[in-house]
Amino acid sequence: MLKGLVHQVKIIWTQIVSLWLVFLHLFHKADTVEYPEVKPHTFPRWRGRIILTRDPDGEERCVACNLCAVACPVDCIALQKTEDEDGRWYPEFFRINFSRCIMCGFCEEACPTHAIQLTPDFEMAEYVRQDMVWEKEHMLIDGTGKYHDYNFYRVAGKAIGGKDKGEARNELPPTDRRSLLP
Amino acid sequence: MVKITVDGKVLEVDENNNLLEEVLSHGEDLPYFCWHPSMGSVGSCRQCAVIEYADDEDTRGRLNMACMTSPRDGARYSIEKAAQFRAQAIESIMINHPHDCPVCEEGGECHLQDMTVMSGHNYRRYDGKKKTHTNQYLGPFIGHEMNRCITCYRCVRYYKDYAGGTDFGPQASHDNTYFGRWQEGPLESEFSGNLAEVCPTGVFTDKPFSKHYVRKWDLQTAPSICASCSVGCNTNPGERYGTLRRVVNRFNDEVNGYFICDRGRFGTGYVNSDERIIVSMTRDSRDDNPVLASPEEARTSLHSMMGAIGIGSPRASLEANFALRELVGPDNFYAGVSSAELGMYKQILDIYRTKPVKVARIKDIEASDAVVILGEDVTNTAARLALAMRQSVKNEGRKMARDMKFPDWHDAAIRQLAMDCKSPLFILSPYATRLDDVAAQVHIASAEESAKIGYAIATAIDGNAPGVTGLSKESQALVKTIAEALKGAEQPLIVSGTGSMSPALINAAANIATALSDGEKKANLALVVPEANSLGLAMLMEESDRALEQAFACEETHAIVLENDLYRRAPSADVDAFINKMEGLAVLDSMKHKTGEAANLVLASGTFAETSGTFVNYETRAQHFYSVFKPVDSIQSSVKWLSDKPLAEVTADCAKEIEGCAAIVGLTPGADFTVAGMRVPRQQHRYSGRTAMRADVDVHEPKQEQDEDGIMSYSMEGVPATRDSTVFNTAWSGGWNSNQSVFKFQSHTGGPLKQAGHGICLIENIASEKTYNEFEKAESAKGDYQVFPLYHLFGSDELTAKTPAIQEKATSGYIALNEADVAKLGLQASDGVAVENNGSVPYIVRSSIQPGTVGVSVGLEGLNFRNLPGAVSLQKAEGWTSPGSWNAANIIISDKSVAAEGETA
Repeated sequence: MLKGLVHQVKIIWTQIVSLWLVFLHLFHKADTVEYPEVKPHTFPRWRGRIILTRDPDGEERCVACNLCAVACPVDCIALQKTEDEDGRWYPEFFRINFSRCIMCGFCEEACPTHAIQLTPDFEMAEYVRQDMVWEKEHMLIDGTGKYHDYNFYRVAGKAIGGKDKGEARNELPPTDRRSLLP
Repeated sequence: MVKITVDGKVLEVDENNNLLEEVLSHGEDLPYFCWHPSMGSVGSCRQCAVIEYADDEDTRGRLNMACMTSPRDGARYSIEKAAQFRAQAIESIMINHPHDCPVCEEGGECHLQDMTVMSGHNYRRYDGKKKTHTNQYLGPFIGHEMNRCITCYRCVRYYKDYAGGTDFGPQASHDNTYFGRWQEGPLESEFSGNLAEVCPTGVFTDKPFSKHYVRKWDLQTAPSICASCSVGCNTNPGERYGTLRRVVNRFNDEVNGYFICDRGRFGTGYVNSDERIIVSMTRDSRDDNPVLASPEEARTSLHSMMGAIGIGSPRASLEANFALRELVGPDNFYAGVSSAELGMYKQILDIYRTKPVKVARIKDIEASDAVVILGEDVTNTAARLALAMRQSVKNEGRKMARDMKFPDWHDAAIRQLAMDCKSPLFILSPYATRLDDVAAQVHIASAEESAKIGYAIATAIDGNAPGVTGLSKESQALVKTIAEALKGAEQPLIVSGTGSMSPALINAAANIATALSDGEKKANLALVVPEANSLGLAMLMEESDRALEQAFACEETHAIVLENDLYRRAPSADVDAFINKMEGLAVLDSMKHKTGEAANLVLASGTFAETSGTFVNYETRAQHFYSVFKPVDSIQSSVKWLSDKPLAEVTADCAKEIEGCAAIVGLTPGADFTVAGMRVPRQQHRYSGRTAMRADVDVHEPKQEQDEDGIMSYSMEGVPATRDSTVFNTAWSGGWNSNQSVFKFQSHTGGPLKQAGHGICLIENIASEKTYNEFEKAESAKGDYQVFPLYHLFGSDELTAKTPAIQEKATSGYIALNEADVAKLGLQASDGVAVENNGSVPYIVRSSIQPGTVGVSVGLEGLNFRNLPGAVSLQKAEGWTSPGSWNAANIIISDKSVAAEGETA
C-alpha cells in the first residue's frame, strides 16, 4: 500500500522536474540551425562533393590509373584512360554516379596523384536522379584543392612533353647505352 | 621422388626439378623473377633465396637460390629464414625503379609489384638519384619504357634464346644495362608480343592495348581460341565498354603453353573496326540501295530462301557450318573452299586415321630430336609451331647435358655446353624461310621436287615404300642424310601441310612418318592447314565432295554464304559469274567484303569474341571458345541466325550427326553447369564501375546481360576462377596478380591445368598397318614462270589483316623473283611487274628463289593468288607507281637482295 503511494509520488515528481527542464530551455541557445538560411560549418576534411583538381602547372592531375574506381565500394566511378600528344595519361571520360556514392572517401585515399578530393560541400540534392550522374567537366576545378604543391609527373620517371628522361626529381641524366665505362 | 623438409613441413618432391618449382607446386609462396617454367633457371635475380641446412645439427645453414638447387633427399630448407635477405635483395632491385605505377600498363598485374609486397619491402629508404634510360621505338606492337627495368634478363632469354630473335639484346654494363635493339625500329620476331608477358614489370607493354587501356581487373574475359590460324592457341581476350581491348595467352599444356604469336595477340582489332557489319541490310535487286532490316525481318528473309544452297567456311565455327548444313540440307551444303583445298583437308584426315603415325602436339614438336619440314613455311602459316621447332633443335644440347648428369632446368649451363650443337632440322622449301638459321640443311626445291625427295626418304628408311626415279645426285645425298638422321632419332617429326598446295607433298610426309613407325613407336607428323576450322569443315564434308567449283556450277538460284569472302577463295571471274547467276544471295559475316557488297541480304554476325562455338585445329583437336561479350542487339551469332535451337543443342546434334564428332559435347561442362548455384563469372571480383559505366545513358541500371549459351555469365557474381576452375579464364590468386599466378592452377608448376579442358582430339590414331601412297606426278603448268605461294603472318589472313596494328606490319600484294630473272625482265629498282591478266604489282628480289619460278603473295591487297594459273608470264609494267600500302621493309627475310631494300613506299 505504502509502496504504491511512494511510487505514485515519484512519478508525479519526475514529471514536474521534466516540465521545469523544458521551461528552462526557453532561455537556452537553440541547437538547430536555420538551414538553408544559416549554413552549418563543415571542416576542410569533411567528406562531401567530389572534385577533380589540377596540378600547380594547371594540368589535369588525374592520370586515369583506375585506382579510385577499384577502391570504390559501390562501384560508382567509371573512367577510360587516353593519352595526349605529350604522353600524359588522362581520362577520356570520368563519371561518378552520385546517386550511388556514399561519400566514404576511399577514392581520395587511393588516388596516387591527389587528383580526386572530397570537399566540404554537401548540397547535392536533385529532383531528377539522372542529374546526379556527373562527368569530368562537372567535377574538374581550376585549382589544386587541398594539396597545393604535388605534381605527380615531376616525381614519376615517365617522360612527358616538357619533362624528358632524367629531368624528374632525384633523377640522373639518361645513361649512354653504347658505353661500357662505369 | 625424394622427401625434403621446408620450414618443418615434409614435402615429397621430384629431384629432377629445381627446388623453386617444387615448393611452388606445393603451394608455398616464394618470390622469383628470372626463372620461367619454360625457360629454365639462370639464378640471376637472387629473389628465390632459401636457407639450406647441411644436416639435422646445422642451425645456421647457408643461403642458396632455390631455382639453382636440386632437392636433396632428406634435406632441410627454410623459406622463412631467408626472408630478410630477399627483402634486402628486392630493395636493391627497386633502387632505380621509377614512381610510375599509376601510369604504367603493367600496374595491377605486375609481377614486380607482387614480389615487392611479398618480400616485405614496402617503404623506400633510398633517397639518392635514380638511373634513367631513354626508350626506343620498337614497332607497332611493343611499347618500351626502360626506366622500369630490373635487369632480370628474361626478355633476352626469351627473345634471343627461346624465340631465336637476332635484333634485340643487352647493351652497356653494370647498372647501366640496357635492353633494346641496336637502333630503333620494329622488332623482327614474329613472337615479340610475348615480351609483354615475359617481362615481370612494365618495360615491354602491349602497345595497341595501351591506346585503349584498362586495368586487368576491369576486363571482362572468357576462355577463347585464337581464330587466326590452324594451331588453335588458347587465348584470353578482354573486353570493356563494348570493345575488345586485348588478347593474352591462356595456358594450355597440350597446345600453346605459355606463348602465342603476334598475329594471334595483336590481330584482333578488327572486332572494333569501322568495317564491321553492325546491322542487317536487305534489298530486292542488286541495283537497289540496301535498306536496314530489323533482326526479325532479316531472319525471316533468310529462312524464307527456299531451296537455297549453303556455302560454308573454314573460318566459321563447327556449329555455324553445321547449322547452315541443317538449314539447306546436306545435299545443298558446299564447302567454301576450292575442291583442290577440300581434297587436301580430307586427305589429311585420312592420313591421321589410317597411317601408323602420331599426330604431333606442340609438346611433341618441342620434344622432337630430328625434324623434316616439307614445303611448308611454318613461321607464316602456323607460327606457334615454328616456335616449337626452334625448341626442338635444342634437344641435342639437353641430351649432352643429361649424359653429363645436368638437370634439364639448368638453362645457361646447357646453352654453354651445347654451343652450336643442334638436333637436325631439314627444310625443303621453294625459298629461304625464317627457320633457316637453326636448320642443319636447307634445300631449295619446288613442291614437286620436295615431294619426290620425301618419297625417296621414305624408301631409304623402309624398302617397302614406293620409290621415285629421276633424282639428282645432290638430292640423293640429301635423302641419305635425312634418312640417317630420322632413323637415328628417338622422336622424329615430319612437318608439312597445305601451304604448297601439293597433295603429293602431304603424301610424301605421310610416307616418311609411316616408314619410321615401328610397332608401338610412331613418328610424329604435323600437317598444317590454313584456317582455324579447316579440318572441322572437312569433317562435315566427309561424304561429299561439294566444293566451290560445284557450287558455282549448281542450278539453284539462291545461295547463303556463311562467313566467307568468295573472292579470296576462287578466281574473281568465276565468283562474278556465280553471283550474277544468283537471284538471291544472303551473306552472314562480321566484316564488310566484296561478296557481301553483292548480296541481297546481309546479316550481321558476331566475331569469335562475341559468339561461342567449336574450332577443330590442325591435329583435329576440337576446342570450345566462349563469347567474351555481348554485342549490340542487331549482331547475332551465325548459329542463332541459322538455327532455332540453342547452341548446346546444335552442338549435340552435330555430335550425333557427324561421324567422328561425338566427343564435342564433352568440351563444355554443359549448359546448366553452375558453381555454388551460380554460373561462372566473366568479370573478376574486383571489376569496377558497375553502377557508373552505363549511367550516362540511364541512371537506372539495367539487368545484367544474359548469356543464352549458359555456363558463363556477363557478371561478377559467382565463384571466381579458383585454383580448381573448370572454366579457366583469368589467372589470379591472392598475392599473385600477374599472369605468373597460372602455376596456382597447374597440377604441378609448368604442368597441365588441374581441371580445365585441354580440348579433345576427334581422331584417335590407332592405325598400326603400314600402308604407303604411290607417287603421282602432277601435271606441271605451262608458262614462263612457275608460281608458288608466299605467305605472310601479317596480312595473309583475311580478318587479322583488317587490324590497324597488323596493317602497319603488312604490305600490299607483290611477287618475288631471282636476280637473274629480274635482269632478264630488265627491271629497275622502282619498277613494277605486270602479271599476266592480273595488273601490276611491286616485286622484291630473293636470292634463294630458283630462276624460272616466281613467288606470289597470298591474301595481300592488290593481287588475288587464286586468280593465277600454275605458271604465268611476267612483264615490266609501264608507267607504274607503287601502291601506298607497299612497304618492302615489312618483308622480313634473310635472302633479300640489296636491290629491294631501297624501295620502301
